[in-house]
Amino acid sequence: MTQSSTTPISHNKGITKEQAPVYSRAERKARNANLRGRFGLVLYVVLLLLPIYWLVNMSFKTNTEILSGLSFFPADFTLENYAKIFGDATWYMGYVNSIFYVSMNMVISLIVALPAAYAFSRYKFIGDKHMFFWLLSNRMAPPAVFLLPFFQLYSSVGLFDTHIAVALAHCLFNVPLAVWILEGFMSGVPREIDETAYIDGYSFPKFFMRIFIPLIRSGIGVTAFFCFMFSWVELLLARTLTSVDAKPIAAIMTRTVSASGMDWGLLAAAGVLTILPGMLVIYFVRNHVAKGFALGRV
Amino acid sequence: MQTKVENNKAWFLVLPVFLIVAFSAIIPLMTVVNYSVQDIFDPYTRYFVGTEWFKQVMLDSRLHEALLRQFLYSFTILAIEVPLGICVALMMPTKGRGASLSLILVAIPLLIPWNVVGTIWQIFGRADIGLFGAFMSGIGVDYNYASDPTDAWLTVVLMDVWHWTPLVALLCYSGLRAIPEVYYQAARIDQASRWAVFRYIQLPKLTNVLIIGVLLRFMDSFMIYTEPFVLTGGGPGSSTTFLSQSLVQQAIGQFDLGPAAAFSLVYFLIILLVCWVFYTTIMNMQKDK
Repeated sequence: MTQSSTTPISHNKGITKEQAPVYSRAERKARNANLRGRFGLVLYVVLLLLPIYWLVNMSFKTNTEILSGLSFFPADFTLENYAKIFGDATWYMGYVNSIFYVSMNMVISLIVALPAAYAFSRYKFIGDKHMFFWLLSNRMAPPAVFLLPFFQLYSSVGLFDTHIAVALAHCLFNVPLAVWILEGFMSGVPREIDETAYIDGYSFPKFFMRIFIPLIRSGIGVTAFFCFMFSWVELLLARTLTSVDAKPIAAIMTRTVSASGMDWGLLAAAGVLTILPGMLVIYFVRNHVAKGFALGRV
Repeated sequence: MQTKVENNKAWFLVLPVFLIVAFSAIIPLMTVVNYSVQDIFDPYTRYFVGTEWFKQVMLDSRLHEALLRQFLYSFTILAIEVPLGICVALMMPTKGRGASLSLILVAIPLLIPWNVVGTIWQIFGRADIGLFGAFMSGIGVDYNYASDPTDAWLTVVLMDVWHWTPLVALLCYSGLRAIPEVYYQAARIDQASRWAVFRYIQLPKLTNVLIIGVLLRFMDSFMIYTEPFVLTGGGPGSSTTFLSQSLVQQAIGQFDLGPAAAFSLVYFLIILLVCWVFYTTIMNMQKDK
């Protein structure tokens, strides 16, 4: 300690004079790099949003205008495509169905994953590591593998074409993910809190509901966000397990191909409407997103 | 790391998860295993065929091609997305309104249903109605993703980069945010170059999140189905037919249940093997810390 405290001082004295301008040059360099970074980021975001903008742009055009040439703004601004979707129950029920099974999946995943994640983060028990890997391995199972068996399983128990069928099927990959994320967040809470609560006479359920859950609120929000995201974007299983009553919007969109060709405007409008719920959800969790994307493990 | 308490009663807490995942994983998986060793003509006529389907699958040259294509694809997108994601994360502002705005904007592609992603690029890449297609023909490139295999392949890669780089970027961004300011101050005192700061401070701190990112991206790109299905339908020819796609073609299209089931199991085992390697690596790294 003493050695290191004397040497830097003498060292510093010798070079402070020469270093002063160097420092400011470094600062200028940093500022330039910063500007370049801003510019790069803006460029990236523009490229990122361009395909989406193109979709939004197209959704406000009529089909004749879409096919007659490219333009950055709709010349003949129309809401007709949206009106068609909101005026037709077979269309807008698709959105209701999707939101319905996604929320169900979110609730189920959270309810079963919370206690399990607590067990994994706090206790050692027989087979815990194997169990954890087995859970994660389900996140890796390609939905295509389970397509046909799922169809038969849910048909045989009479759940085919219900919302709960899709919600349960999506649990296959959402529950393991939820356990994984929540475990990360829970391991960040010191164990002393649990012990103090038990000494104070809290029973386990009471402690869990009153103390523990509020502590990992942001973790729960992030988990809900991920469950929403992966359930909302999945199509293969949702399409296979439904026919009429619970058909998700993403599957209904294929109807835009008709005998008279593609209805591009309608397709674009339906696409835009599927993006909106996601944007809404990410707006709500924006403050936790940075931590959440590291799944509580930074 | 704190030592965990040994308590087998914790199994009761895990039980609900076990039951729900077992319902949607073990039962279907057993069905697949069941199919893979039988020749099924109709629900009442079936013969036990042993490992015949597995032999057939292992020797099927179309599947070999699909597997090769799949690996090439997964490695290509990882090689592009990981460096690009790190760059984007480094450029994102850390404080203020700009930070949350850029977070939201960058995250948007992740929340678009996968078939809509396919639709977006289907439209965007067409020369007659799409900006990208029109731009490519504008600069004199003969680009048509629907008929040229190379273009189709490149479009699928581009689409995936567009779609999933944000995930890597956001992971790295959260990793960067966790680095204490003191480290940077120390680097400034040492007059470390920008590259040195990145190489010796930021990159080591990013390893953990990068492993998560590579793992997630590998798994998901290995299972990719919906986006290429909407964009190219696996064509032209079979240039964009990946494993999931050939599986669905076989199981649903031709209804070859036996071979499809055997194929499923092999497919699943490959993913499992690769992910086990990743998982063990993560666990070892966490132990080292």
